[in-house]
Amino acid sequence: MQATRVLSLENWKRWLWTVVRFILIVGLSFVILYPIFQKLATAIKDKADLYSPIVVWIPQNYTLENFRQVISVMDYWQTLLNTFTLAGTTTILTTISCALAGYGFARLKFRGSNLLFAGVILTILVPPTTILIPMYLNLKDFTLMGIIPLLTGKPVNLLNSYWPFLLTSLTATSLKAGLYIFIFRQFFRGIPKEVEEAAYVDGAGVSTTFARIMLPNAIPSIVTVMLFSFVWQWNDSFYTTTYLTSSKVMATQLSSLPHNLAILLQGGDASTTDPFYLSMVQDTGILMAILPLIIIYLFVQRYFVESIERTGLVG
Amino acid sequence: MKAILKLKSKPKTYAQQKAIWGFVYVLPWLLGFIFFFLTPLLTSLRYSLSTVEANAQGLSIQFTGLKNYIEALTVNTSFNRALTESIINMLVNVPLIVIFSLFLAVLLNQKFFGRSVARSIFFLPVILASGVIMALESTSLIQAVNDQNSGSGVINALGSFELERIMLQAGVSEWIVVYLTGAVDRIYQIVSQSGVQILIFLAGIQTISPALYEASKIEGATGYEAFWKITFPMVSPLILVNIIYTIIDSFSRNTLTDLVRETGFTRFNFGLSSAMAWIYFLAIALILAIISYLVSKRVFYQD
Repeated sequence: MQATRVLSLENWKRWLWTVVRFILIVGLSFVILYPIFQKLATAIKDKADLYSPIVVWIPQNYTLENFRQVISVMDYWQTLLNTFTLAGTTTILTTISCALAGYGFARLKFRGSNLLFAGVILTILVPPTTILIPMYLNLKDFTLMGIIPLLTGKPVNLLNSYWPFLLTSLTATSLKAGLYIFIFRQFFRGIPKEVEEAAYVDGAGVSTTFARIMLPNAIPSIVTVMLFSFVWQWNDSFYTTTYLTSSKVMATQLSSLPHNLAILLQGGDASTTDPFYLSMVQDTGILMAILPLIIIYLFVQRYFVESIERTGLVG
Repeated sequence: MKAILKLKSKPKTYAQQKAIWGFVYVLPWLLGFIFFFLTPLLTSLRYSLSTVEANAQGLSIQFTGLKNYIEALTVNTSFNRALTESIINMLVNVPLIVIFSLFLAVLLNQKFFGRSVARSIFFLPVILASGVIMALESTSLIQAVNDQNSGSGVINALGSFELERIMLQAGVSEWIVVYLTGAVDRIYQIVSQSGVQILIFLAGIQTISPALYEASKIEGATGYEAFWKITFPMVSPLILVNIIYTIIDSFSRNTLTDLVRETGFTRFNFGLSSAMAWIYFLAIALILAIISYLVSKRVFYQD
């Protein structure tokens, strides 16, 4: 008798918690998804619905006019291709260079390697703003320690090209690269030493062991780093607006979208353009900019969520 | 020549070989570190201590001591405000984000229907809330107006208003009440900044051995006790990691970054801009040092 009552009380508590948890999760999911739904609702609205008081979510007149507008103003397909190339290339280069550095720091200890790793931590901690201006000036008159002026007579201007991104990602100093090195180092440290030693005993060199034994084992961390690096490069406006002033990539096109649209509509006078309409088109632009990311995420999310749990992100 | 060859071909020990390879592997990063990090960092320090002028011959740099720092702190009208604003924002958000993400990680670790869907929704902010999208979203006019018009804004305000009243009547200190209700009002901001932190905590929770929970259950511990006695100490090293991550994550979106850029690129005052950036860096470094010192004393390490 007593036992059943306790049991039922426990039961009640469990049910209560399930309900509370359900409400919390659904509510917070709604908070996250709400802006996306709202953008979607705004994007398919006609201009006439904008001031209609009865239209909140579902528009009266559906239209694809906003999308057409965005595609033409942003030069969408070209921009998509550029962004894809840029993010894809930097992702691959960053992953390779960071994996090498991470493995070097984790397993191939040499004199002073701990000191250098402190340098990696330093790159994570220093705000990118601090080195922005010297970087900018350096890239504007790029000399490579005086080698280039010797060959061509004058320094080259690397701004407005993809070179800054290629160079920094090749040398593992691009956006948040310190974090990726950290992730790789932690992961490689987590792989048992015996695996590696077995390969050495069988006659494999360091590079063979790395490529054939360690990398296949490190796939979870590789996926994590690639996804982070791709997404952050895609959305990054800090470096892209500094290094690329006229090239068409998603971040720069998105931030200049309202202005460009005003030019298209009113010949450059933003003050006479309907700000609501501008905002509507801008929302559509944001939606279209993140659409490729969402599609990619839908395909890899399962893998991503599982892999991150196995990544050495956790010490 | 022969001697060199001989020296080179001399068989090295296993450890030596590994050390050489290690250097080779780290080399790309080392080059980048020297050319794209250390040099700019030192140059920036030099700029901050001098007057930089661009003319036909290039840059003329004249050493002026701490003049730029003094100007930033006393003359410039917006620097102090921007600095305090971004640091206070950061300090306010860090505890909220860390506590919230720990709570959600515990929640998402439990077994329930639709867990994988919920997980993928909660990691969506990792993708969406970064860089330009976040910046544009905050200026979206339609969103602001819709929030005002449609129910959500009203309900939100009402909810936290009611909450405020209840808590004030219950005798909670006003400062705490304002802090908490502010968090409720900024829930989207907090949720959208805690994607990576949730991931880190979740990964940490999953490395805790289930045997610990089983043993505690046999001893009669409730879920609440299990959280404070097992989960919390075990993930406490990650709290430090997450605090640091949250702080460095706030670099990319704050008013000070904008101010530094504006001073540098529209007014071409490189010296002042570098000085501002260095003050910011020093302030952050100080905060990080204090927080790490305070937190790491309380962190539990298994070994």
